[in-house]
Amino acid sequence: MTYKMGEFDVAVVGAGHAGIEAALAAARLGCKTVMFTISLDQIANMPCNPSIGGTAKGHLVREIDALGGEMGRAADKCFIQNRMLNKGKGPAVHSLRAQADRVKYHEYMKQICEKQKNLFVKQAEIDDIITENNKIVGVRTSLGAEYSVKAVIIATGTYLKGKIHIGEVSYESGPDSALPSRSLSKSLMDNGVELRRFKTGTPCRVNKRSINFDIMEKQDGDDDIVPFSFETDREGLENVVSCYVTYTNSKTHEVILANLDRSPLYSGRIEGVGPRYCPSIEDKIVRFSDKPRHQLFVEPMGLTTEEYYLQGMSSSLPEDVQLAFLRTIDGLEDVEIMRPAYAIEYDCCNPQQLLPTLEFKKIGGLYGAGQFNGSSGYEEAAAQGIVAGINAALKIKGKEPMILDRASSYIGTLVDDLVTKGVSDPYRMMTSRSEYRLILRQDNADQRLTPIGHRIGLISNERYEKLLEKERLTSEEIERVSKLNVAPRDEINEFLEEKGTAPLSTGCKMSDLIRRPQLNYNDLAQFDEERPELPWDVCEQVELQIKYEGYIQKQLQQIEQMRKMESKKLPADLDYSLIYGLRLEAVEKLNKVKPLSIGQASRISGVSPADISMLTVWLMHEKGE
Amino acid sequence: MSTIAAVSTPNAMGGIAVIRISGEDALKVAERIFSPYGNKKVADMSGYTCAYGIAHDGGERLDDCILTVFRAPHSYTGEDIAELSCHGGLYVTKKVLRAALKNGAVNAEAGEFTKRAYLNGKLDLTQAEAVMDIISAKGERELKMAESLREGAAFRKAEKCSSVLLKILGDLAAWADYPEEDIPEVKPEVLSEELKEVRDELRSLVRNYDSGRILREGVATAIIGRPNVGKSTLFNCLSGCERSIVTEIAGTTRDIIEESVRIGDITLRLSDTAGIHETDDVIEGIGVDMAEKMIDKSELVIAVFDGSCPLTEDDLYLINKINKNKTIAVINKNDVEQLIDTSLLADKIKHIVYISARESKGVDELRRNIEEIFRLNEADFDTATAANERQKRCVDKALEGVENAISSLEIGEMLDAVNVLIDEAEQSLLELTGKKVTEAVVDEVFSRFCVGK
Repeated sequence: MTYKMGEFDVAVVGAGHAGIEAALAAARLGCKTVMFTISLDQIANMPCNPSIGGTAKGHLVREIDALGGEMGRAADKCFIQNRMLNKGKGPAVHSLRAQADRVKYHEYMKQICEKQKNLFVKQAEIDDIITENNKIVGVRTSLGAEYSVKAVIIATGTYLKGKIHIGEVSYESGPDSALPSRSLSKSLMDNGVELRRFKTGTPCRVNKRSINFDIMEKQDGDDDIVPFSFETDREGLENVVSCYVTYTNSKTHEVILANLDRSPLYSGRIEGVGPRYCPSIEDKIVRFSDKPRHQLFVEPMGLTTEEYYLQGMSSSLPEDVQLAFLRTIDGLEDVEIMRPAYAIEYDCCNPQQLLPTLEFKKIGGLYGAGQFNGSSGYEEAAAQGIVAGINAALKIKGKEPMILDRASSYIGTLVDDLVTKGVSDPYRMMTSRSEYRLILRQDNADQRLTPIGHRIGLISNERYEKLLEKERLTSEEIERVSKLNVAPRDEINEFLEEKGTAPLSTGCKMSDLIRRPQLNYNDLAQFDEERPELPWDVCEQVELQIKYEGYIQKQLQQIEQMRKMESKKLPADLDYSLIYGLRLEAVEKLNKVKPLSIGQASRISGVSPADISMLTVWLMHEKGE
Repeated sequence: MSTIAAVSTPNAMGGIAVIRISGEDALKVAERIFSPYGNKKVADMSGYTCAYGIAHDGGERLDDCILTVFRAPHSYTGEDIAELSCHGGLYVTKKVLRAALKNGAVNAEAGEFTKRAYLNGKLDLTQAEAVMDIISAKGERELKMAESLREGAAFRKAEKCSSVLLKILGDLAAWADYPEEDIPEVKPEVLSEELKEVRDELRSLVRNYDSGRILREGVATAIIGRPNVGKSTLFNCLSGCERSIVTEIAGTTRDIIEESVRIGDITLRLSDTAGIHETDDVIEGIGVDMAEKMIDKSELVIAVFDGSCPLTEDDLYLINKINKNKTIAVINKNDVEQLIDTSLLADKIKHIVYISARESKGVDELRRNIEEIFRLNEADFDTATAANERQKRCVDKALEGVENAISSLEIGEMLDAVNVLIDEAEQSLLELTGKKVTEAVVDEVFSRFCVGK
């Protein structure tokens, strides 16, 4: 028995970090949007670590914010500890990381969604997508309700045919004991979507009162907090909790090794492919047997709970073994487990089926985002969510899609990696994945993406004006210090020698001094009487843009090269077997990915320079006719 | 479009070789590496005219050449073309090409002149398929050539540098991407030392790269045959000196002796081996064992038989051991009465040459067969050169990147900036194997470090 429940532009399946950004973006762009979740109490849940950001992931959050997404603001509202990682390793790898209050984060996001104009939040399990002529026309819930829609964004996380493993026990489940999505996989496969099985895991949660923090190393947040959102005022931000570090030891390893046969991973009961960067503790001990200890972080889950998270201890060993090995660890001798660690398997798609807009090539109006696309991590999910949400809305409005290239952002790099190269294990963002790291810094995400967000309509005029003002002040100041002469004086030469850099024998420009690695813009203020009063973020830009000018120029040249290749467009429906002279392997790979440009084609493994040459000739020939 | 250059003539001894430069800057490149005699100026030359002069690279005089100028659109490619005709032979030709590459031209891709001719409307559309054919075939061949280059000593050195850089990049990536894990800190002093080792290695590689593989490293060649058929005599006849001990007693050549000799334009890295026969003599046995390994390792096998007596059991044993595609059967001692029945050989081996090593007769015939095997008589030379040149360019670029990284470290730049320079160097080296640096580094991190929550 089915029944009609209304018409919408966009339906989002799932209300995790991908689903929320997708739904908010679509609704904010004026699309009537419905977001379905199996449980309203799971909206924006963090079933693993309640932490936002980290290396490269922090970049993603700033970029989401720069485009007009919600994650950065939410993190700023709900963090309980905030740190800038990698200070001292260079600005390209500075990354923000915040420990968030899990419950507060859920409540904040839930309410934002509930209040959002054009967005309707509903508790329901979607069983089917409904298509006509390979186009999305609707969705159907497990109760039989049918919604007519123009686009569907699948953001099912680990819910899709989710299966939890703890030791010898396994059962069908979503994360945190939520109900799994049982039928949608079949509907997707019936529509030609190729699915596969991945797995991930999470460590156990323990009660704070059973932890002896006295013998652990304490880790505090920064005194000077930098927020995620370019809109958040730095005033009044403060850290309210500490995190702790402790280590496993030979006894811990003994317990684990003695019980390996009880792990579903080693007995082969888990078929899903797990992430390389997030190995379980048993995996770490087996693979890196020469390491005498592994560190773990003891982190609070929030201010209104005594639950603590044990980062580094993800496991699928039985509960009794978990307790036994935890109790060998310094500070955890009397630990009480509240939720055991588990591994979870789920269905996801091969992202090579997707266009860079995250729309399925074969099913118009069907989009994927987050773990469903083979990624891992809240930030990676949110990044894809906003891309899918924006593109679904743009398509419905008949506008050009938003495709972010690799040189624009980590978001663009993430999407390109997924759809072009595909994934063999859950994909995590890393700074080393970007070839344009020195340009794609977390400090300039606004300059890179806010103009795009503004053009699309997610960024207000006011915010855009503010960015233009920041850029104006920055370039004026750079120009000023580039012209400003500094004469060799005793006073300044003493300062230079003190800083370990050569004194001046002749005059030079202020910018030449800023460029020296031993000096910085703020230090030099004392020798710069005419320096205007500037906001901190402008000072930061002046310093970085001057210091890295040479490298930035170099990277800009590489980017120009890349964009040239990117601008040579290939038809999306091209049958490569019809192009004369391509090697067989190339034909196969090209037909699988159906790249949109020569540039994208060149990044597919198995496509050689000679093949690219052939494609270029073919393309010019086509154009010539 | 960029200005491209390549050697356009096939390999031929004593003739003329043409280095073709095509593109917007073709004449500018030519001007930088070629000085006409008298007061002619390259820039003033009109289409279809020639100048006699000298090709040079920096201060080094390379060869007397004739420069022919074609002005766009009246040229093969439809672009400006400068063609330098110099004296044939691999060495000089490559040097002239390299000078062009150093002075603004880039290596022509497989079939690129023809491709440009096509794109510029110099060939009509019905020829499109033929053009594609050329590119495709050349691409395949280049790929194969690149693969075969991988066996060369130079490639192995480059590969070693690449793996050191990859290790460094892995260290940097793990350290930057996992700041909360106990990853060893990357210390600039240590990094600098490691980079200097790579730099020295790359420098020696660049110095030694002056010739292509075939020219420089030669073709690994084994001379085999049962004892006393004249292997050492042939060896000496080819190498022109008495390195092997030549006696009438079977089994005199105990060790494998190596010598490089040039036959025409090709260098053979000759190994003279102990005769193949099943033996009880322990010492000789080791030699035979090594000889069989040599057959497997060699790119060319010269199997020597005694023409003055019928084929023996040992000869037949040998015939069964060898791979016919890379073998030349040499029937030695054709200056005395012939008792050998070559029909048995002809079934197995395509190339059969009759010589008298003692009298140095038939060596030319042997050379022709070698050239045929390596298809040097076909227009494959530009591909080989291109593959080699590309390899060298990659090493050059890598060296530049490593040198920049070292000086950045010296002035105290942040590691994120230094990292990008090393990336660039590693990308150049990885081009030899077609890998991408970002993926390689990610794999490196996960295989070496225990990271993750």
